[in-house]
Amino acid sequence: MNDKILLAHGSGGKLAHELVEKGFVKALANPLLAKLDDSAVIDFSGRLAFTTDSYVVSPIFFPGGDIGKLAVCGTVNDLAMSGARPLYLSLAFIIEEGFLKSELNRVVNSIQKAAEEAGVGIITGDTKVVHRGSADKLFINTAGVGIIPEGINISGSNARAGDRVILSGTIGDHGITVISQREELSFSTNLKSDCAPLGGLVAEMLNASPNIHCLRDPTRGGLATSLNELAKQSRVSIRIEEQKIPVREEVLAACEMLGFDPLYVANEGKLVAIVPDEDADKVLKAMRKNRYGENAVIIGEVGAEKPGRVVMKTVLGASRIVDMLVGDLLPRIC
Amino acid sequence: MKYISEFRRSELAQGLITQIHRQSKTPVRFMEFCGGHTVTIFRYGIRQLLPKTIEMVSGPGCPICVTANADLDKAIALAQIPGVIIATFGDMLKVPGSDSSLQEAKAGGADVRMVYSTMDALKIAEDNPDNAIVFLGIGFETTAPTIAVSILQAEEKDIKNYYVLSLHKLCPPVIKALLDSGEVKLHGLICPGHVSAIIGSQPWEFIARDYAVPCVVSGFEPLDILQSVDMLVNQVEKGRSQVEIAYRRGVCPEGNRQALKLMREVFEPRPALWRGMGGIPGSGLKLRKKYQRFDAEFAFDIRPSPTREPAGCICGDILRGVKTPADCKLFGKTCTPENPVGPCMVSSEGSCSASYLYGGGFE
Repeated sequence: MNDKILLAHGSGGKLAHELVEKGFVKALANPLLAKLDDSAVIDFSGRLAFTTDSYVVSPIFFPGGDIGKLAVCGTVNDLAMSGARPLYLSLAFIIEEGFLKSELNRVVNSIQKAAEEAGVGIITGDTKVVHRGSADKLFINTAGVGIIPEGINISGSNARAGDRVILSGTIGDHGITVISQREELSFSTNLKSDCAPLGGLVAEMLNASPNIHCLRDPTRGGLATSLNELAKQSRVSIRIEEQKIPVREEVLAACEMLGFDPLYVANEGKLVAIVPDEDADKVLKAMRKNRYGENAVIIGEVGAEKPGRVVMKTVLGASRIVDMLVGDLLPRIC
Repeated sequence: MKYISEFRRSELAQGLITQIHRQSKTPVRFMEFCGGHTVTIFRYGIRQLLPKTIEMVSGPGCPICVTANADLDKAIALAQIPGVIIATFGDMLKVPGSDSSLQEAKAGGADVRMVYSTMDALKIAEDNPDNAIVFLGIGFETTAPTIAVSILQAEEKDIKNYYVLSLHKLCPPVIKALLDSGEVKLHGLICPGHVSAIIGSQPWEFIARDYAVPCVVSGFEPLDILQSVDMLVNQVEKGRSQVEIAYRRGVCPEGNRQALKLMREVFEPRPALWRGMGGIPGSGLKLRKKYQRFDAEFAFDIRPSPTREPAGCICGDILRGVKTPADCKLFGKTCTPENPVGPCMVSSEGSCSASYLYGGGFE
């Protein structure tokens, strides 16, 4: 029975301590975490960004990542999209009784690697174990804090007519990768999730221009939904060109088969930036030097007419509306 | 060759568009029968690119849209029977019947599962021997053969708890009914690509011959549609009416013999109810007597609620090509993809949904 998580591992008793100390604290090696006080106590000053997200992806392991990497990157990216430098994360597990310890270790190791790459410390955490069937294998919640540097003001409501819209790379990779791993859908691809921490990319972009107006990571709901949010928040219109949006051939093919539009498929390592026209080239150049932005392109521009509307010039040269995602494309992709 | 991006190439499209503009003199009305074609036309903005001489109208080729309320009510009633698991393609969940939808039935405790293939439904049956699994057989000639295979496999494996509610519909009879009604004058028909991959192009011959309406079987990429429009224009301008295939990579004149054989082994034609068109002889499929034990209508005492049509909804007229989504008072107001009143707003292939998502009052 040593290989499985038991209810007692979440009880706060001996087994729980063992799991936390041997399993988590050691792997995540952070002095603030190792203190094991009720709260992590940290000193800092400045403008704080604070965010949280829960991760329920199924399957928990997929090409290019797993639920652990996702739980770090997702929260780190939400911080980065406010222009913040991500600093610390909390980490809470909800584990289904009977979950394999070996799989938990794999997830914890992947969390450690992702946190290291993102440059964040995991400084507080929690573990709960629920009866078999009350959760599906493993759910994770992370919250994160970061500091927003002086002079940076990034918000979804900052887009202005004349701004350029930059996309950091191909869309749909994460959503299609996870969907392709689902049992009920038997198709295979060589795709990998794009799951990646974008704090570094954002820092380099802000170095190139502190005047970036908006940043957003198009996760659930995809690029289309992010652009609609930005257009509505900023009361502007956004016009994009289909031809300029990079989509891998495999993603296109899977979308055809499943009846999806890549514009609505989730990403976990991409961002959209809305940048003043005069700074667009500088930012684009900086992005292309970063491994997570090497395929960055300007896909469109911001306009003043018909606020809240996103319009796309199709490959044929006609125009059509790009609306928000309606309903759920497929549940539990992040 | 890449089968997707190659068929979306902008420079080839420009060439076709120029050619269509140069060629088209006579004002015409073409119908794209298939909902898949409707989606491509809206998604790529093809109507905006055609000359004023060409009017495109959408046809009844969306299986979910044409499913009559009376049939939806049967599916919902089946879902309420204790021990029954409904397996269905996803789009069906949200379609409102007379009083409720499968989605609402599910929220109320009915076991309704979304599947991607009939084989998944069969697997649910094998995994749940104490339940009765009813697969909702919705679709045209495209899906019928796969459902036939599931029934043959169920028989071979002696699976006793698998049933099909056969609401299948056949395409050529409904086109005949449309043309016979004379409600919409058509000068050309874009024939469905996937349906023709199964039945071939021959079953459309009567349209060109008896009604003098040019036909082109089309694929689903924007270049396929433009090429098909170009071929229709060519027929019109030269005074021809023939059945031509623009979708050679998917369709041959005689169709897929194996699929047709399987379909005919399991199913036989019967009259079917179409939304907006009523009963059309020979336009549906039912299980042959030999396979009756898999027929949900035979196996269960289905008691649907009395059929009602949603007030103000003109899906029926839209499906006949008589009206467009823009003519509907509910469109975009009380009827949206989030809160659909009629099926054409629910189905991803419905013309209201395509028009709302991609057109939305946009000029």
